[in-house]
Amino acid sequence: MHILVIEDDAATADYLVKGLTESGYVVDHAAEGRDGLFLALSQNYDAMIVDRMLPGLDGLSIVQTLRAQHKGTPVLILSALAQVDDRVKGLRAGGDDYLTKPYAFSELLARLEAILRRGANETVVPRLKVADLEMDLLSRTVRRAGKGIDLQPREFKLLEYLMRHAGQVVTRTMLLEGVWDYHFDPQTNVIDVHVSRLRQKIDRGFDRPLLHTVRGAGYSLRAEAS
Amino acid sequence: MRTGRLLRTSTFRRALIYMAPFGVLVVILFGFLYLGTLGLIDAQANATIDAEIRGLAEQYSSRGLSRLTEVIAERSGSKGEKGSIYLLTGPDLTPLAGNLNGWPSEAVLKDGWLSFEVERNEHGVMTSHEIRAKPFRLEGGFRLLVGHDMAERAAFQQVIAKTLALALVITIMLGVSGALYLSSKLLERVEAVAETSRTILRGDFTRRVPLAGSGDEFDHLSASLNEMLEQIEQLMTGMRAVTDSLAHDLRSPLTRLKGRIEVALRGSADAARYRETLAETIADADAILATFNALLSITEAEAGTARTSMTRLELGELARAALELYEPLAEGKGLSLRQEIEDGVAIVGHPQLLAQSVANLLDNAIKYTPAGGAVALAVRRAGERAELIVADSGPGIPAEDRERVLERFVRLDASRTSPGSGLGLSLVAAVAKLHHAELRLEDNAPGLKLTVSFDLAPPG
Repeated sequence: MHILVIEDDAATADYLVKGLTESGYVVDHAAEGRDGLFLALSQNYDAMIVDRMLPGLDGLSIVQTLRAQHKGTPVLILSALAQVDDRVKGLRAGGDDYLTKPYAFSELLARLEAILRRGANETVVPRLKVADLEMDLLSRTVRRAGKGIDLQPREFKLLEYLMRHAGQVVTRTMLLEGVWDYHFDPQTNVIDVHVSRLRQKIDRGFDRPLLHTVRGAGYSLRAEAS
Repeated sequence: MRTGRLLRTSTFRRALIYMAPFGVLVVILFGFLYLGTLGLIDAQANATIDAEIRGLAEQYSSRGLSRLTEVIAERSGSKGEKGSIYLLTGPDLTPLAGNLNGWPSEAVLKDGWLSFEVERNEHGVMTSHEIRAKPFRLEGGFRLLVGHDMAERAAFQQVIAKTLALALVITIMLGVSGALYLSSKLLERVEAVAETSRTILRGDFTRRVPLAGSGDEFDHLSASLNEMLEQIEQLMTGMRAVTDSLAHDLRSPLTRLKGRIEVALRGSADAARYRETLAETIADADAILATFNALLSITEAEAGTARTSMTRLELGELARAALELYEPLAEGKGLSLRQEIEDGVAIVGHPQLLAQSVANLLDNAIKYTPAGGAVALAVRRAGERAELIVADSGPGIPAEDRERVLERFVRLDASRTSPGSGLGLSLVAAVAKLHHAELRLEDNAPGLKLTVSFDLAPPG
């Protein structure tokens, strides 16, 4: 996977390039807006990580220009602006996701993975399947190994999100945003309680757990143990 | 310089523009007066001349030439009317009687009304007089000329011209001085505002624009400006408070974080111990970030810029969503979570900040209520208000502390041991203020009952 990082702060850029390379990505880096846009237009990247405030050309303009050129490269916008209105602006400009600084690297990685698979995640499918866990989106039923599992509407939504991101790490913030549409971090980690409830319903009584906790990052729904 | 500024004011210019029609009006008025009076004077002179001609012709036809000569001599003599002109000539135009030396050349052939100039000796000075006259042919070829000295008319013309000039000068003077007065008054008021803003620019944020107390448009403007200044000062003070609190509250965890790293570096190079220290360091950093984010949310609410994303929303739906998020947490702690949510209670608000506030309230209630207790969330319409109530059966907050807990970083001694930033209620207070909502903390006997009272959204 070929990733372009447009970030002017040298320390942050080093940290990103190093972290992403260690995670198996091939990374190009541009420290300035215009250079970044040139690279983005001339090469075919799988995804881009763009800082919002850049010398030369700001991040939002880069994304807008890309979209105007019908370049659909998934873009993750990084910003120090945390307000809801700012994130709305970022997403309207054509960004696929918006991450506020400071962030945990695991969060960035999880979101990058999510936008890389966005196409697959959002296709309209009647059913989702992870190992022996099956979700029928039309009848809104869930079965594991053929046995029906009774879920509350919100638990269903939570599981749907996890199944759509199966194999990836999903952070608590992503769940809050994706399932509850809350763009803030609650004081207590309420998400953990919801996930453990869901785990009770889908994993209890089965030999192989599907819902895994990824330490320091979040959760992951996958067939094989880590 | 001041005069220059006076002349440049918009009031001055407008006053001048306003004055122009008055000048035109004065000219028109005097024009009417002038033409009307002249017409009257002329008509009067004509009538007098006609009457005299008729009288003299009658004298001639009834009493003969000698009587006519006599009458004319009498009338043009010193006893006669001063402004009257008479001349009787023979058919060859030789003067027979009258106070005119000769038949005016203009009237030799012409009949009807005529005007000519005559040099007259007045107190030893020769002056030119305008005469209006009418010739008349008597039987026997004699000619009669009766006229009137129009000196009066000329004098009147002069008076009118002078008065008109004077009136114009007075109008312009009044206009200009009025304009100067108005603009200097205006400049004075504007100067007061400008002076205040200069002082404020120099750094004195306590200064306010002085009010004249008359309640006029300038007082209105000054009052608005003062309100704005008040808001700015509050924001600045708020910012300073945030910076101070941030420095205070972030310094200790940062110091702790640094200390932890230093201790780890000084000890033996043991990978497992390093890992442990790093994990603890991340936890510390997360706590600092959480505080930081909470403060940013408060700032966002307090800055008021969030008003642009306000929208009509169902308070009940918002409350149910938050309740559903916290329901497993309450259940896990052995609390009963009750809801009394009315539908159709709409307000205009910021969905994210409100959701965060409700989440904070539920979070607090669940955190401080001991196992076996109860937490209740209610949304209801109370008259013209929409109320959101979170009540718990926890330890409550003593009456004297209820104001204080809304401040940033204030944590009561009883809660020091529980996790939290001390910013949860500050956010609720800031969001309530953003929505112009009233926040009430009451005794739930036992526990705390917290009510946020909003304006209902306008119907529609």
